[in-house]
Amino acid sequence: MAMLAEKFSGAVSRRTFLAGSAGAGLIMGLGTVLPGCSREEAVSDIGTAAASRSFAPTVWFEMDAEGGVLVNVAKAEMGQHVGTALARIIADELGASWSDIRIEHVDSDPKWGYMVTGGSWSVFTTFAMLSRAGAAGRTVLRDAGAALLGVDPASCSVERSHVSANGQEISFAEIVQKGDISRTFSVEELEAMPIKAAAERRYIGRDVRAHDIPAKSTGRAVYGIDVELPGMVYAHPLLPPTRYGSSITEVDDRAARDIPGYKETMVLTDPSETLQGWAIVIADTYVSAMQAAKAVSVTWEPGPTAGVSEADIINEGERLAADKSSGVLVVDDGDVASVHAAASGTYSATYRTSSALHFTLEPANALVEFQDGVCHIHAGNQWQSLILPVLAKALDMAETDIVIHQYYLGGGFGRRLWGDQMIPAALAARELSRPVKIVFQRADDSRFDCVRSASVQQFDASFGADGALTGIEHAAAAGWPTLSMAPGFLVDGVDGKGKYDAFSISGADHWYTLPNHRVRAINNDLAQKTFLPGWLRSVGPGWVGWGVESFMDELAVAAGEDPIEVRLARLDGAGKNAGKAPESVNGALRLRAVLEDVRDRCNWGASLPEGEGMGVAVCHGQERTMPTWIACVAHVAVDKEAKTVKLKKIWQSIDCGTVVHPDGALAQAEGAALWGVSLALHEGATFQDGQVSERNLDAYTPLRMADVPELDIHFMENTEFPTGLGEPPVIPVAPAIANAIYAASGIRIRNLPIRL
Amino acid sequence: MIEFKLNGESVTSESAPDTPLLWVIRDELKLKGTKFGCGIALCGACTVHVNGTATRSCVTPISAVARRTVTTIEGLETAAGHALREAWVSEQVPQCGYCQSGQIMQAASFLADVSDPTDDEISSAMNGNLCRCMAYKRIHKAIKVAASGEGA
Repeated sequence: MAMLAEKFSGAVSRRTFLAGSAGAGLIMGLGTVLPGCSREEAVSDIGTAAASRSFAPTVWFEMDAEGGVLVNVAKAEMGQHVGTALARIIADELGASWSDIRIEHVDSDPKWGYMVTGGSWSVFTTFAMLSRAGAAGRTVLRDAGAALLGVDPASCSVERSHVSANGQEISFAEIVQKGDISRTFSVEELEAMPIKAAAERRYIGRDVRAHDIPAKSTGRAVYGIDVELPGMVYAHPLLPPTRYGSSITEVDDRAARDIPGYKETMVLTDPSETLQGWAIVIADTYVSAMQAAKAVSVTWEPGPTAGVSEADIINEGERLAADKSSGVLVVDDGDVASVHAAASGTYSATYRTSSALHFTLEPANALVEFQDGVCHIHAGNQWQSLILPVLAKALDMAETDIVIHQYYLGGGFGRRLWGDQMIPAALAARELSRPVKIVFQRADDSRFDCVRSASVQQFDASFGADGALTGIEHAAAAGWPTLSMAPGFLVDGVDGKGKYDAFSISGADHWYTLPNHRVRAINNDLAQKTFLPGWLRSVGPGWVGWGVESFMDELAVAAGEDPIEVRLARLDGAGKNAGKAPESVNGALRLRAVLEDVRDRCNWGASLPEGEGMGVAVCHGQERTMPTWIACVAHVAVDKEAKTVKLKKIWQSIDCGTVVHPDGALAQAEGAALWGVSLALHEGATFQDGQVSERNLDAYTPLRMADVPELDIHFMENTEFPTGLGEPPVIPVAPAIANAIYAASGIRIRNLPIRL
Repeated sequence: MIEFKLNGESVTSESAPDTPLLWVIRDELKLKGTKFGCGIALCGACTVHVNGTATRSCVTPISAVARRTVTTIEGLETAAGHALREAWVSEQVPQCGYCQSGQIMQAASFLADVSDPTDDEISSAMNGNLCRCMAYKRIHKAIKVAASGEGA
């Protein structure tokens, strides 16, 4: 994932930045100037950007003759107000008034480069580039404005969409209308752009209202499910009994033929093999499609996993985790085997998590239309660059002839990183020569969710003669999302033997200093065969952290030490935990600082009523190379007789570097912390007969308002490089709650969801 | 044919009497602010008002609203409705936003009955509305803000 993050920022910084007139406006973009096209031609071509053969710029923002700034956002909006966060980076550097900013979420044109919204990467991967683009725009406007005012550019200030000097000022609008605004910048010039110091920023780090909120408060926001096209028909899936290997032996639609609006049932053949044994019902209305879907009888030859249960998957994980020869080495510091062999004492524990669903409130849907040989897909999506090649294979078309049009996402949480629901609509739309809109009912959305795999983690600690911890071996087994959906992103084990899914082990490479530490990432092949494992908000660390921080607590208890002191002692910033510029300056010492901060704020160690307790956990966010430092304390009341847990309060102290959008950051942290609560106490799915068994809210029961605990979230103030925030606050919540339950009751919880 | 009032206008639907009101509103009458979430009245995304009372449209057959008054988020013109939408913006409530029409419709119906609610009354009234982004803190606060604004 770090490699991914670097790939994005690297790819764009190698291009040339251009500013050019377009009609009466100004366009600013990054592009690769192709052979046979001079820089000057490229600048003049930028005005006809989309149509140009010689130059395909990535237009990050454009300014019209009235000074309005349109910021093109290539990231999906799914509740994180990403457009607002990214646009304010540009607005700040550009010197534009916030009221002049508009935001557009762009389609999947290749000029946008690699398109993914996930990993809490959006600000981290684009901050430097957007800052420079904004600064380049400011430079162009300042120089052109200075020329119009007849002053030295160096004497000008650029603020609130005006260039001013010596008591005179000129608006951006006037500069765009009258000035010379065509410029190119080399890579070197762009990298040398004068980025504003933190103290000079007007928007970054201050509260500005999110652009998308008014539409989302009035029912006007348009989600994928809301889109219609003339002449479209509705499709309803008939899903096979297993994700893989099922085939249809018979379709009987006689009972559906009298349903008004029912048209036909199509058996789908998908060359990409994403859909195996699917049929879809086609009807004039969605209501007819739902009725017909009930009436059509399909017989399947079920796939090989039709009998698999949740217990089977967990048992396989336990078997694999216990087998020291299994898996791929992710961390191999010191010599765990030797210290274990020489140990005076050992301590082991195994932690499990059950399957978990995305349950995006907007169910899976897509509308597809073919027009002039181009496949137009209308659907909210997080990873266009991942699904486009799959669609190309399914349709036997060039990727360049497939366009995904973006809408607001009614929840993403990682589910919309995959776009499998687009394929049936696309296959049907081509065959029927008319637009097809597929909508999943909730039960089908849950059955074919890319669930967060059940997991098993085993920890084996060894102690020396003095009782001091000498080493930890950690094994983690689960289904791997990356193996099925993006195998090119698997990474090599540290001993060069085999590849692993970094998204399914990140968090095990923590910032505690340990002399001997070994981590094995293990693919649970039974999980992998039974369902399509998915990336769920907080991804690997969301369940890996459950084991790491629960075990750390058990070690503290076994040693008779304070859980916070034990952690602080190992957060010394030594060796590989020293951190590096720009993203992890001061390393583990920043994790130490948030832990001390939360300790001081929660009144740690105060005496509590009988049956109450506090527990602590820390995390470093999604990955070592993009650390968001968080410490979390949970306060619970446990009723042993009634076997209930009342979560009273959650504290978090968060250091994510510079906070670009403070109120948005707090909203993300609140939501993510409550996701952590929900995954810990309220959610949990099980496979039965090869299928998700909890398919709707009568059985799958996320947190509701009445169970929301008090939240006390504090952001550390600093101006370090911004990292990510949408997911990390999920991570420490479950272990903090479990550790609090132990403190309150002496009951050690090792399985998620928590059940006493 | 079933006739009812939708956001102040008389409308008719040719759909079968057992057709859920949700799909008539969304697909026949083209008002997309009301959302489909679970289909079994447990998420609240489809909440509308029938004669002023919050109702889950995904399980309400159109026969049940014949000659009655249906209000969706697009037509919510009550004092509470205005106060809530303002509070939703001032408190920066929505994240993905998909549930928010239903949240606002539920809250508007609730505030019409209980103008000065306690914290527990709000949580209890809103407990049937799932927010998958878990923006509950702000939904709760915005309802309080809207309620106090009404009292002022």
